[in-house]
Amino acid sequence: MNAQTIEHVHAADEDGTGGRIGRFLSDTRAVFTREIVVVLRDPFSLVFSLLQPLVFLALFAPLLGGMVGGDGIGDASALEWFLPGVIVMICVFGTGMTGSNLQYEMQTGSYERILASPLSRASILTGRALKEFAPLVVQALVITLVAVPLGVTPHLAHVLVGILLLGVFGIGLGALSYALAIATRGKEWMFWTVQQSLTFPLLLLSGMMLPLETGPDWMRTVARFNPLTYIVDAERELFMGTFASSTVLWGAVAAALTCAGGLAVGIRTIRRSAR
Amino acid sequence: MIHTEGLTKTFQRGKQLVHAVKGVDLDVAPGELVAFLGPNGAGKSTTLRMLTTLLSPSSGSARVAGADVRTQPALVRRRIGYIGQGNGAGHNYRVIDELRAQGSFHRLAPAVSRERAAELLRALQLNGLEKRPVMSLSGGQRRRLDVAMGLMNHPPLLFLDEPSTGMDPQGRANLWEHIIRMRDDLGMTLVLTTHYLEEADDMAERVIVIDHGTVIADDSPGRLKLDHADDVITLTFGAVDEADVAKRALRADQRYADRFEERAGEAVVLATDHGARQLPGILHLLEAAGARPEAAAIREATLDDVFLNLTGRSLREDDTPDAAEDGSAAARTANTTDGADAA
Repeated sequence: MNAQTIEHVHAADEDGTGGRIGRFLSDTRAVFTREIVVVLRDPFSLVFSLLQPLVFLALFAPLLGGMVGGDGIGDASALEWFLPGVIVMICVFGTGMTGSNLQYEMQTGSYERILASPLSRASILTGRALKEFAPLVVQALVITLVAVPLGVTPHLAHVLVGILLLGVFGIGLGALSYALAIATRGKEWMFWTVQQSLTFPLLLLSGMMLPLETGPDWMRTVARFNPLTYIVDAERELFMGTFASSTVLWGAVAAALTCAGGLAVGIRTIRRSAR
Repeated sequence: MIHTEGLTKTFQRGKQLVHAVKGVDLDVAPGELVAFLGPNGAGKSTTLRMLTTLLSPSSGSARVAGADVRTQPALVRRRIGYIGQGNGAGHNYRVIDELRAQGSFHRLAPAVSRERAAELLRALQLNGLEKRPVMSLSGGQRRRLDVAMGLMNHPPLLFLDEPSTGMDPQGRANLWEHIIRMRDDLGMTLVLTTHYLEEADDMAERVIVIDHGTVIADDSPGRLKLDHADDVITLTFGAVDEADVAKRALRADQRYADRFEERAGEAVVLATDHGARQLPGILHLLEAAGARPEAAAIREATLDDVFLNLTGRSLREDDTPDAAEDGSAAARTANTTDGADAA
């Protein structure tokens, strides 16, 4: 290494060090920026992704009210009850797909180039999950605003906290999806089989689409072990304008645990793939 | 720039242990251009992947650009450039976005990143393609973009894994012209793997021949050929009698007595060092004996001859990259696949 390059390298090593958290944040921003630019350059897919939850909300919520006759949804209207569920659903579908884009990049060689860069492994997972989560912020705000004229009372601060909570949960879920993509590399069909086989039972057993209160005992028992149940319940409380409740707290705990567990599994999977 | 001691990689493949790299000791000095040459599954890509921290060694140690691959992998990655065998640029991204992203991965300030991207696009003849999606580029353009991305951090050490695989000879020559110019501009050390014998011979200043996970030869291409292979001189005579006269004359000269093949016919075949230099003397000797060949041809020693002499096998027998060691990018992330490296 000549003197000039050593000087350059040392200068680069010192650039932006700013502690582990600083490096993590800067790396996450770099990954997120790379990913989100593709979304922003293709506004059609963004607009289309906005329409989907609106259609779901418009076609499903009216059926819900008639079907359950208000059982299990408390004082809320069917729309108020269903709206947070739809937002959780798009979060689960969005961040759960983090690994699918990775599968393509593993085939082309792009993923390997990213692994050979100095990015921290946690930031690769987080940046990608946040890219899948970012459209949700727009989607959630838009469908909440659309729901206002239909009788939903807006609680903006609560909605934002609800989105933040989903962001934490989504990072964990995205990291798990990423780990699944690595574990099933070269077998795209297996990724989708496992992803779909887990997503739908988790959604149904969280009371997101239909109230669990009207279901059999065994379902309610299983749902108690589903972290998504606590997230859905917390979102409903928040969208109804409640901050101080144990339900919101349990939702936050479930989101934090999913985030920590997902990142731990994701980082471990990346490291194991280098063994 | 690179120092390894007993670098070893062992994979568990089912119940079997596969020894992909067996105790490689290596020193690469700053500024060298080194090629790992070997058949598929020899362990060359596995060695490169350990040096770039994409795989962790089973035992042994390696320092790359002043950092330890085990304890300081992020620092190693910060100090190196890496151009993998697959396309490093995401197909759905724009050229300029990928270059700037690479700059931000190396924590370059946005202004520096912009400046470097422009400079590399110019140097690698990619200007005008900034806004094009990567998927719309030709194979050669994509490969040059990979080189540009590998150089965004101005690394003192650049690794290239099978850089010109799948390219036509013209594209390969063009790519190498760019790589060598960038090397001169940036004063880089280059380490590459290749299964193209001509590429190793023409481009590398030092060739490390790897077989079954072990370094079996390590020298300049010229020295390797001199030490482990011969040029072949073929002399063709007008008649068998004349060829026999030539053979008798060569047999009588101790310099050539055991250097030619005993075969019937008009041709006399000699194996010797420095064939071009030896030929005038041989012709003079034969002329004095009354034998004048109608034609003389020299086939210079190749690195394949070197490998053949060292192992008894030809590299050309299996000169396409296989999935076991050098296959798809997806396969290269798999421990099981890497485990097949030495299988």
